[in-house]
Amino acid sequence: MYVAVKGGEAAIANAHALLADRRRGDRSVPALRLDQIVEQLALGVDRVMSEGSLYDRELAALAIVQARGDMIEAIFLVRAYRTTLPRFGYTRAIDTGAMLVERRVSATYKDLPGGQLLGPTFDYTHRLLDPELAAGGEVAEPLQRASDADAMPRVSAILAREGLIEPDGDMPQDHIPGDITREPLEFPMARDIRLQALSRGDEGFLLALGYSTQRGYARNHPFVGEVRIGEVELELDVPELPFAVPLGSARVTECQMVNQFKGSTKAPPQFTRGYGLVFGQSERKAMAMALCDRALRATEFGEDVVAAAQDEEFVISHSDNVQATGFVEHLKLPHYVDFQAELDLVRRMRAEHDARENAGKAEEKREAAE
Amino acid sequence: MTDEPLLRVSALSKFYGSRIGCENVSFDLWPGEVLAVVGESGSGKTTLLNCLSTRLLPSSGTASYRMRDGQFRELYRMSEAERRFLMRTDWGFVHQNPADGLRMTVSAGANVGERLMAVGDRHYGKIRATAVDWLSRVEIDEDRIDDEPRAFSGGMRQRLQIARNLVTGPRLVFMDEPTGGLDVSVQARLLDLLRGLVTDLGLAAIVVTHDLAVARLLSQRMMVMKDGRVVESGLTDRVLDDPRAPYTQLLVSSILQV
Amino acid sequence: MTAQPTDIATYNFAYLDEQTKRMIRRAILKGIAIPGYQVPFASREMPMPYGWGTGGVQVTASIIGPEDVLKVIDQGADDTTNAVSIRAFFKKVANVAVTTDTAKATIIQTRHRIPEHPLTAGQVLVYQVPIPEPLRFLEPRETETRKMHALEEYGLMHVKLYEDIARHGRIATTYAYPVKVEGRYVMDPSPTPKFDNPKMHRSPALQLFGAGREKRIYALPPFTDVVSLDFEDHPFEVQTFDQPCALCAAENVYLDEVILDDHGGHMFVCSDTDHCEKRREQGHRGHLAPETPPALEKREPAQ
Repeated sequence: MYVAVKGGEAAIANAHALLADRRRGDRSVPALRLDQIVEQLALGVDRVMSEGSLYDRELAALAIVQARGDMIEAIFLVRAYRTTLPRFGYTRAIDTGAMLVERRVSATYKDLPGGQLLGPTFDYTHRLLDPELAAGGEVAEPLQRASDADAMPRVSAILAREGLIEPDGDMPQDHIPGDITREPLEFPMARDIRLQALSRGDEGFLLALGYSTQRGYARNHPFVGEVRIGEVELELDVPELPFAVPLGSARVTECQMVNQFKGSTKAPPQFTRGYGLVFGQSERKAMAMALCDRALRATEFGEDVVAAAQDEEFVISHSDNVQATGFVEHLKLPHYVDFQAELDLVRRMRAEHDARENAGKAEEKREAAE
Repeated sequence: MTDEPLLRVSALSKFYGSRIGCENVSFDLWPGEVLAVVGESGSGKTTLLNCLSTRLLPSSGTASYRMRDGQFRELYRMSEAERRFLMRTDWGFVHQNPADGLRMTVSAGANVGERLMAVGDRHYGKIRATAVDWLSRVEIDEDRIDDEPRAFSGGMRQRLQIARNLVTGPRLVFMDEPTGGLDVSVQARLLDLLRGLVTDLGLAAIVVTHDLAVARLLSQRMMVMKDGRVVESGLTDRVLDDPRAPYTQLLVSSILQV
Repeated sequence: MTAQPTDIATYNFAYLDEQTKRMIRRAILKGIAIPGYQVPFASREMPMPYGWGTGGVQVTASIIGPEDVLKVIDQGADDTTNAVSIRAFFKKVANVAVTTDTAKATIIQTRHRIPEHPLTAGQVLVYQVPIPEPLRFLEPRETETRKMHALEEYGLMHVKLYEDIARHGRIATTYAYPVKVEGRYVMDPSPTPKFDNPKMHRSPALQLFGAGREKRIYALPPFTDVVSLDFEDHPFEVQTFDQPCALCAAENVYLDEVILDDHGGHMFVCSDTDHCEKRREQGHRGHLAPETPPALEKREPAQ
């Protein structure tokens, strides 16, 4: 006796109850508070803000808890919330030259105005597991000095003074920066759109592509002109007011990659740029983004497009991890209607194949008999 | 021959920035006539071919093509749709590297049939029969019809590319070093085949080559190019036997007489 | 958790904000004006994953009103988990009436099937589309496929069908079978079995297609010509089944194969669960139907 499967709704509700249970885990262990996550898993929070493209630490922390620490799921939660928010307006372009810098390193100059600032970095830590952290020991207060009154000039500005590097990317005078969350993507795209897509692109994907350029798949001879991390002011123009209204500040990581360029018939030899900018603190992502940005400018410089990292449709169409995870994981949805259609076809074709084989054998036998 | 040319080219120039691709090229091409464009690499012959076949737009000058209705149309004023239609019906383009002109992952039959389907043929049996016919005309065995060109030798691929181009009965075929990259013996066979087809079908063709032997075998008329300009043109036999421009004399004398 | 929920995140009625709905409606209208043409739209992240019906959900969310009655099917069935989930979503965010009855629904969102019960004027069928571009697997580049559509260069599509016949003796495409719309655009009907293609032709219902991840919307206004591509000597034909539905004895419907045991035992039943139940209610009996009519428990409160 066959009874069709039913009760999808109850199954889903039960599955979600189990999920909630597993998320909470052992009840004798205190539940995580959002402020603990914001304070102590800050780089995870930064990644969720950056790829979720929503600057809100508390929401990112909530998403991380809700996703049980699955970062792509957390990014997805934030995106699905962000997309419903109305737009009040667009801030002025941030000025990273006026950043309140906590970390700034340059690989191209030993010393430079503003100096090299290591800041809170994993660099030069020995990757030895630290049992004291597990014991929850006291942490000493770090040394801090008052910031210099002068802002730190960007390395690209220093190079630009001599004309050694191409100017900052310029868009036509009347160009209004695009918004990939409000307008459909169309290829080929302008660099502002591309940079937006890269900035919210998957860290792992961009890392792998950036790495591939270093290993010779579209090598572009990069130097880290500068990586800087710190707070930038956000300002909004309000039509009724004669001045820009400060909205607060955001922590960002910026990477200016300096790349060789041999010049063309149109332009003298000069360095070119790859640019990376992400919310929060993530040098890895900003640097990978800068490598990809430069690789994607191949056609602009008349370079041959030979590698994946230079292929705009390939990179941008596949960089979004929320899209990627959805489509990969949708394969577990039922496909039995399609599968039935294929099954039917394969059965028919096999039957025809067997019939032909048998006919052939019969023919052979008859010939042999004759 | 009719009393009007098939293609009229007037003062065609193509510049890449300040560099000359080709400059001030003018000629008429008559129905059924094969014109060879000869020169060393960098002479501008490929730029000229790409402009004529509308794969590139020239910087200045005009080219008019006599359509099947007898009307001349200015090539560079056509819409992209019209040009692409022309490309897959009344014209052919034979690339030096067959992989550029073939679909390497579909069968030989489909490669030949594609242009027919593109212009609306919808009868599988007839399309296949036409493909079989064309494969035999380019000396490819019928039992290779369902093989992919990947499994073909260089000479076979080139012959398949030719069949794919000729199946819609074009009146004008562009060829870019059609025998380049092939062994000498394979070249000779391909040239024989091409010469036969061009004569049988009354095709007009513009053949770009650096090989004077190819020009001699295929063309009635030739143009010699150097640094983007035409330095000499005339009947092929006359140019090769009695070259007038010093550069042509140099070219001809540098070829071993066979 | 014992903690009180906070108001740190709230959502708009029917999830999408009104600006977004207007943007999507504009894309739908454009799609209706140019049947079969893929209209790019700024697809939003939805609270279900890309590939799980976000395009269909956005279309439905943009056109649904308080008077609408919604039916959601996946693989023809109302009770597959993803259909249940999407139906629950709209109950939650829009508080609309839902039904499993094809005839009573004003909007039907579907994945992979068209209901067996003929659709009528005034109904809207919303398809969830994973890959809207029928040329995608022949030409991966968006820039190139858009040009091919613009110039109506569809020779390649027939090359694919030619190859099928050359290799298999028949057209081996069984689902997502390409169609030509109003003699102009070649369109992917979404991964419905080709069995359903004839139902699209001149349907009195409005058919809308949403591809969220690929950010495209396209449409078939009522009574649009939808012709499956084929060759004159290899005409388009739909799947046929050797036996009727084992539960309701329906013929000429699409059947799912159900494995009964691990000795190769299987049966074929209607993929359209609503259609099957309706027939059984009317007394039709297949050879494997239960002795007494099944307790047709109301599967979902239709509000």
